[in-house]
Amino acid sequence: MAVATDTFDPLSDPLQLRRQLILTGLGIALAIACLAAGAIGALDIPIWHVIAALAARCGIDLHIPVTALEDGALFSIRLPRVVLGIGVGATLGVSGAALQALFRNPLADPGLVGVSGGAACGAVGWIVLGASAPAWTHTAFAMPLAAFAAGVAATAGVYAIARSRTRTDIATLLLAGLAVNALTTAIVGYLTYLGTDTQLRALTFWLLGGLGGATWDQIWPVLLLMAAAGSGFAFLMRGYDLLALGEGAAGHLGLRVESVRRLTVVLTALGVGASVALTGIIGFVGLAAPHLVRLLGGASHRFVLPASALMGALLVVLADLFARIAVAPAELPVGVVTSALGAPFFIWLLRRRMGEASL
Amino acid sequence: MTAGLQGRNLTVVAGGRAILDAIDIDVAPGELTAVVGPNGAGKSTLLKTLAGDLIPRSGEVMLNGRPLAAWSQEERALQRAVLPQAPELAFAFRARDVVELGRYPHRKRATPGQDRDAIGGAMHATETSFLAGRDCKTLSGGEMHRTHYARVLAQIWSPLSEDRARVLLLDEPTASLDLFHQHAILAKARDIARQGAAVLAVLHDLNLAAAYADRMVVLADGRVEAAGVPRDVLTEGRVARVWRVDCSIAADEDGIVQVQVRPRRERALA
Repeated sequence: MAVATDTFDPLSDPLQLRRQLILTGLGIALAIACLAAGAIGALDIPIWHVIAALAARCGIDLHIPVTALEDGALFSIRLPRVVLGIGVGATLGVSGAALQALFRNPLADPGLVGVSGGAACGAVGWIVLGASAPAWTHTAFAMPLAAFAAGVAATAGVYAIARSRTRTDIATLLLAGLAVNALTTAIVGYLTYLGTDTQLRALTFWLLGGLGGATWDQIWPVLLLMAAAGSGFAFLMRGYDLLALGEGAAGHLGLRVESVRRLTVVLTALGVGASVALTGIIGFVGLAAPHLVRLLGGASHRFVLPASALMGALLVVLADLFARIAVAPAELPVGVVTSALGAPFFIWLLRRRMGEASL
Repeated sequence: MTAGLQGRNLTVVAGGRAILDAIDIDVAPGELTAVVGPNGAGKSTLLKTLAGDLIPRSGEVMLNGRPLAAWSQEERALQRAVLPQAPELAFAFRARDVVELGRYPHRKRATPGQDRDAIGGAMHATETSFLAGRDCKTLSGGEMHRTHYARVLAQIWSPLSEDRARVLLLDEPTASLDLFHQHAILAKARDIARQGAAVLAVLHDLNLAAAYADRMVVLADGRVEAAGVPRDVLTEGRVARVWRVDCSIAADEDGIVQVQVRPRRERALA
């Protein structure tokens, strides 16, 4: 029998140190990916020019000549796209981690459980029917909020179907997601049928998921909504740890389970709704990011949530970079890239869990 | 010290049948109360009702002198801990992280030192200290159960105030444990009771119950069949009637009652 370690010191806990290293590493990797995304493209900009241009905006002169063309490409085309990618990826990563905590199931994902589909319904509804809405509603917030509202309905629906007294089992959860996704697909199909030719072209590109064409004017309202959702999640992290014990045991520890559940549904729909409104459905990031960070640094949500944000941002920025250069000069929708990589990952996870016989 | 946990006239109905039928129970501070009874007697239902998970059709649960509903969720968690029969855990937390979850109700008032004392003390008491850094998915069933036991001990590690007894509810805490740990866990539960806590344990093993409980409550068909000190409650006639086994009962030199069940010989199920 080993000696009691009553003198456990959180400050020298090796796992805490490792988590800090992982967070730092993810931050550095994200910064490098962003610089690469700034440098690579139809117009190749040397990476030190990217750094110099960024420094110049911060008032630091690095004495490296940056041409006006480079500066223009960087700040009006590539940077908004990268910033949007960071916002969308972080939101999807955190939302995935939060949904997994809520369902106590590592296979939950905004796309699989129907949040994204619901949000897509709202967004498509706005594209097709928004023209007949009163003029004062036509702001940059309208589409994200329509997506948010429909996303709340879809998430609440899935939760009501799949929830059980004990751990929500994967089969029920996936089937509930399947049902809700079938419904949202039908609604999107019907709306498409109603749409005009111009609306259809907008819809097609949008449904595949893409960061292209983002402008500063478009992205700031979306980023604002995402930041609101993200800061809300920060208050729920400890509660998510308790939820791992089951809703009953979490309640016995004083957690207001009902509030946590409602808040999670609303925040997830807000973040995912905002992201879907501008970029369409980008699948599997919310599944993969929390998974990868849990493999690296364990299950505590005070680590998993921030790390999933960084990991999600990294995945989306890299996927978008790949989408831009893979078939240059044309480009792939980023949703196609994440799904092509994410689906096999999901299948692998599913097989592995079936091996554990806990499906 | 008074109060503790009381159930008055508790009736729970499910499927047209009374699972609990007007039960009165008193879990007094300073005592370990064992609830025993055959399968389906209503033991777990009683524990869930006392924990507030089930709302009884009639009757009332009083926690430290006030109806359960009059305490907020947070206030309940500060004075009362519950160990379920089959604790669950999603995701691969470390054993110490699980025990640390027990300190959640105290996050606004306890110092880091107090938290550490409670976590360390609870893990020491359950012999789980050596598991601290282990991933819970790699623990055996018994080790996992002890880790959860440490979690509920950490939750009520030290008394909050004079007029609020700590309450500990244990649903079959010994089910997945080896002999040594069955006794260790009940001995610890009795220790906590001696320090003023009101402890209730649902148990199947009559000898374990008799060895550690100050009071025993026998449930049968949703009713209290008998309640009192073990040596009064456990009689050969009652065990035969309630559990449908032949037995002989003797007290050892310390006055601890031992139930010896006679093996069945070619007798069909009654």
